[in-house]
This record gives sequence, C-alpha cells and structure tokens, in this order.
Amino acid sequence: MRMTITQKILAKHSGKIFVEPGELIMAEVDLALANDITGPVAIEEFKKAGGRKVFDREKIALIPDHFAPNKDIKSAELCKALREFAKEQQIVHYYEVGRMGIEHALLPEQGIVLPGDLVIGADSHTCTYGALGAFSTGVGSTDLAFAMMTGKCWFKVPETIKFIYHGKPNPWVTGKDLILHTIGEIGVDGALYMSMEFTGEALSYLTVDERLTMANMAIEAGGKNGIMEPDEKTLEYIKNRAKRSYEIFVSDDNADYSQIIDYNVEDIQPKVALPHLPENVVNVEEAQNISIDQVVIGSCTNGRLEDMRVAAKVIKSHKVHPYVRLIVIPATQQVYQDMIKEGITEVFIQAGAVVSTPTCGPCLGGYMGILAKGERAIATTNRNFVGRMGHPESEVYLSSPAVAAASAIKGKITHPAEVTSNDI
Amino acid sequence: MIFKGNVWVFGDNIDTDVIIPARYLNTTNPQELASHCMEDADPDFSAKVQEGDIIVAGSNFGCGSSREHAPIAIKSTGVSCVIASSFARIFYRNSINIGLSILECNDGIENISIGDELKIDTDKGTIRNVTTGKIFSARPFPDFIKGIINAGGLLNYGKGENVNV
Ligand code: SF4
Repeated sequence: MRMTITQKILAKHSGKIFVEPGELIMAEVDLALANDITGPVAIEEFKKAGGRKVFDREKIALIPDHFAPNKDIKSAELCKALREFAKEQQIVHYYEVGRMGIEHALLPEQGIVLPGDLVIGADSHTCTYGALGAFSTGVGSTDLAFAMMTGKCWFKVPETIKFIYHGKPNPWVTGKDLILHTIGEIGVDGALYMSMEFTGEALSYLTVDERLTMANMAIEAGGKNGIMEPDEKTLEYIKNRAKRSYEIFVSDDNADYSQIIDYNVEDIQPKVALPHLPENVVNVEEAQNISIDQVVIGSCTNGRLEDMRVAAKVIKSHKVHPYVRLIVIPATQQVYQDMIKEGITEVFIQAGAVVSTPTCGPCLGGYMGILAKGERAIATTNRNFVGRMGHPESEVYLSSPAVAAASAIKGKITHPAEVTSNDI
Repeated sequence: MIFKGNVWVFGDNIDTDVIIPARYLNTTNPQELASHCMEDADPDFSAKVQEGDIIVAGSNFGCGSSREHAPIAIKSTGVSCVIASSFARIFYRNSINIGLSILECNDGIENISIGDELKIDTDKGTIRNVTTGKIFSARPFPDFIKGIINAGGLLNYGKGENVNV
C-alpha cells in the first residue's frame, strides 16, 4: 500500500485510502483555473449544459493574461466574456489588468495554490504548482466547465518516473537548464501520461522560483504533472502567503516507480533547446554562433523575480546589441514592482530593452514581439514549436534568463560567463 | 461507430500550435478555427479536406497546449476520426470530452498512405485499409470513457448519477 506523493494527493481527494496507477477516479478539486483563451469556451459549455451557479466561487480562478491587455477587438470580446462571468458569479480569484499576472506565476505568488492541493487548469502549464508539493495538471475547457459545475474532475492515476538530481549545480546552471537537460534526455513524449517526481540534493540549491520553472516544463516531456516534496524552502515561501490550511504529502520509501533516473548535475552545463522541439537540447557552446534578432525574458517559465535578478546581473553595464530587440516581461504586477524597487527595471531600460506590463504576449505568438519570416529569437519561454512566436518560418531557441541576457548583448547565442564574471 | 473516409498523413509530435496556431485563438468560432486547421504544416489542408476524411499520424499527436480549440478545429473541418500511434494526454481527454473520435494504434499504421481509404469500427477497434486490404487493430476505450462518449460528452455524463464513481 505504498504510494508516491502524487498517488497520496489523488487518493485523499477521491476519498480513498489507496489508489493505484491505471485506476480511474473522480476527484474533488481545490482550484479550477482558466484564462482568456480557454475560459470563454468553458463558460459557453457551462451555460449550454444548463449551469447557473459555480460550485464554489472561492475555488475558481479566472485570469485574463494571454491576449491581455486586449490585443485586438476579438481578444477584447474574450476578456469581456471572462470578466462578465466573473462578475455574475462573484468569482473571488478574478484578476483584472493592472492587478494580474501570468496565471502560473500569479497563483503561487499570491498563496492561492498550496502544498497538497489538487488543482486543474485549462492551460497545459498548470503543472507548475507541483513545485510546491501540489498535484496540478492541465485539462481542457470542457473538463473545466464540468469542474465549475460539480467541483470534480476525472483522472487516470498516473505511473510515476522519479528523477534524482545529485550534486551541486555548476555556475550559471539553473532549474531551467536541469529541466531542459531532462527533456533532452527523455524526449518530448518521454513521460507521456506519467507523473514526473523531481528529487535529490541538487534541488536544495535551487530557489523556489527555479523549482517552479522545472515543474512548469513537465508537460514538455508529455508529463501529466511534475512534483516535488516540500522542504524548508517551500515552507518559507508559503509562510506569509498561505491564507488557509494545507497538507504536506511525501512519497513513501519504496513506493512503486515505473522508472528511476539519476543525473549528476555536475555534468550539466547551461543549455539551449534548438527549434522546433524542446527536446533538441544542446550545450550553449554548441549553439554559440547562431545570430538572433530578438530576446524575450518572461513567461510563466522564467518571468519571476529571481529570473529578472539573474538577467539584470548579466546585462548590467552592457548595452543590448544594436540590431537586437530585448523584450522583458515581468510575469506579475508584484514582480514588476519589485523590479522597480530593486533597480532592475532601470538596468534593463538603460541597456536598451523594452520592459512590458505582465502578459503572455509573444510566448505564444500573441503580440508584443512577433517574429517576421526568417527571424530568430532566444526566449526564456517553454515552447519552440513551428510558428510559436510568429511566422511559420521563424525560429525560437529556449534558454535560461542568464543565457538569454548574454545573447542580447552579443546578438548571438552566448554563454553568460563570456560577458560577465559575476557568478549567479 | 463506423467511419469510412480517405487518409491525410502527418508525422510525429504534431503539436497544438500546428493544429491551430495561437494567433487564431482570439475566436471561439468553430468554422473560423477549422479554416486555419493544420495551416503551419499544410497551408491548404482546410481547403482540401473532405467531410469524413481521416487523419493518420505518428506518436504524441496533439502535444503542447491544452487548447480545446485544437480538437474543435479538427472536428469542424469534417474529419471523422484521428488515428495516431500515441496521443498527448490533454488532447486525448479533450477529444473524448467534445466527441471527436480518436484511436490509438501501434499496429504499423506508418504503412498507411495519403489518399488510402479506411473503414473504421471504433467499438471493435478495427481499422481496415480498403485500398491495400490490410487490417489493423487499435486499443479500444476503457468502459469509463465509453460511458462519457455514450452519454454524449462529459457534460451530459455529469448530469447523470455517474459523478460519484
Ligand atoms: S506564458 Fe506562455 S506558456 Fe505560460 S501560460 Fe502564457 S502562453 Fe502559456
């Protein structure tokens, strides 16, 4: 009857003592999330199915972030549909432009998701909150409509792959590099339908922001969720954020894993994922002469304060390459404000960057930095699919904020050690 | 259910940005979404595809975003069924939830060619290539999922007594 952390959270939320991989369950959700793209579809479905009142107005989060501030008339209509539903249903966690942030950065930051929670979101990067020891996973709009009506969602209990990261990360190696390395090793379907449990002493060197980055990209290996057991850093992070009780779960010793994969992080160097899949991972050196037109530092993957601090350290006292656009997008209003307070915004602006209000924007090719035919960007985002940031013949390279910042200075993909001696 | 139609072939890791690029996600209109379906892989797909046609693809079909717009776009082009050697998880559940038939088949479907005519029996999990005479078998749905499909999708299913499984 031994269970992994994922099994335990699923068992608890389906009123069972034990659940096993492959079992289909109907579980209660602590939070159901949607955005300006997926929310309107869910709301339409909710209404079509005769829904009048949501199951619990405190357990739904609606966040206009993808095309907000509204990029065009059609997006304005989507945001309006979300806003009107939030108003009508008195949704507690609705965040308007000016108070919002990218959903997966905002919810942990505001203490809305907590350890032990079961969270679903009509957005594939909902897996981010696993970094806090929650089970969270992306679903579709119909699932979300169903959850808004019933407070429930169906799941197949996943098998778990355990990833153990040994050793201490090298200079300039961040959570982003560890997860890119992992995806490079196992491939974009390497964890299809599975839970990815991240563990090992290397994680204790990572900030919570870096851990959120790792869990965020579990979906890029096909994973159902990415999860970590909470430690002191997690508890410290949530201490002043949690406004309700929560429960810490950990995996049993000798729980069943479908596979255990060990990495010695001392062998891992800063990484870049080449177009057009996140699994095309190489060391920065192998990509270092590739010229770029645009750099994006932001997104739910790497738009948090720690990311901005690292990028600013690299950029400081340098200028952005004359033919490169550096677009910096803090993921939340809080990050935006903290950047101003810490002088980070000024560092970017003086270097010749544009600093935007929080939005997903270019990450999904929405707006605020679309690529023309043949253009290349290096971005701290999570996907480099064909056409992801603009023209189908443009290219996206994925990296950490440090590598992205160094590349902005040189106009080509660059290892941060080349432009600064400041270790992070 | 039984489907008969002609095949369109796509490769491995067909992601949701290929199925429906994010730049068109500022609408929820199914016909508008259909008109851009598969655009970044085959710009003329939506013009050429016929009612009842079948998509055959490799592994990890539908990886990427959770956008339900992806199966909606495919369904609205008139495609009757998608067969792939594996599906990304969220795409799989979205398709079931909105009633797009999908079959997972690892039985040598890479030998199916564009234009071949297929006859599919989703209950039995058989795929017959009428053009070549070959027969493939696909994994049938678990009962729980059949329940959702038979109820006409997840939301109808939710109205019944089934919520407490
Ligand atoms: S930042 Fe990018 S990956 Fe994250 S939620 Fe927004 S569009 Fe999705």
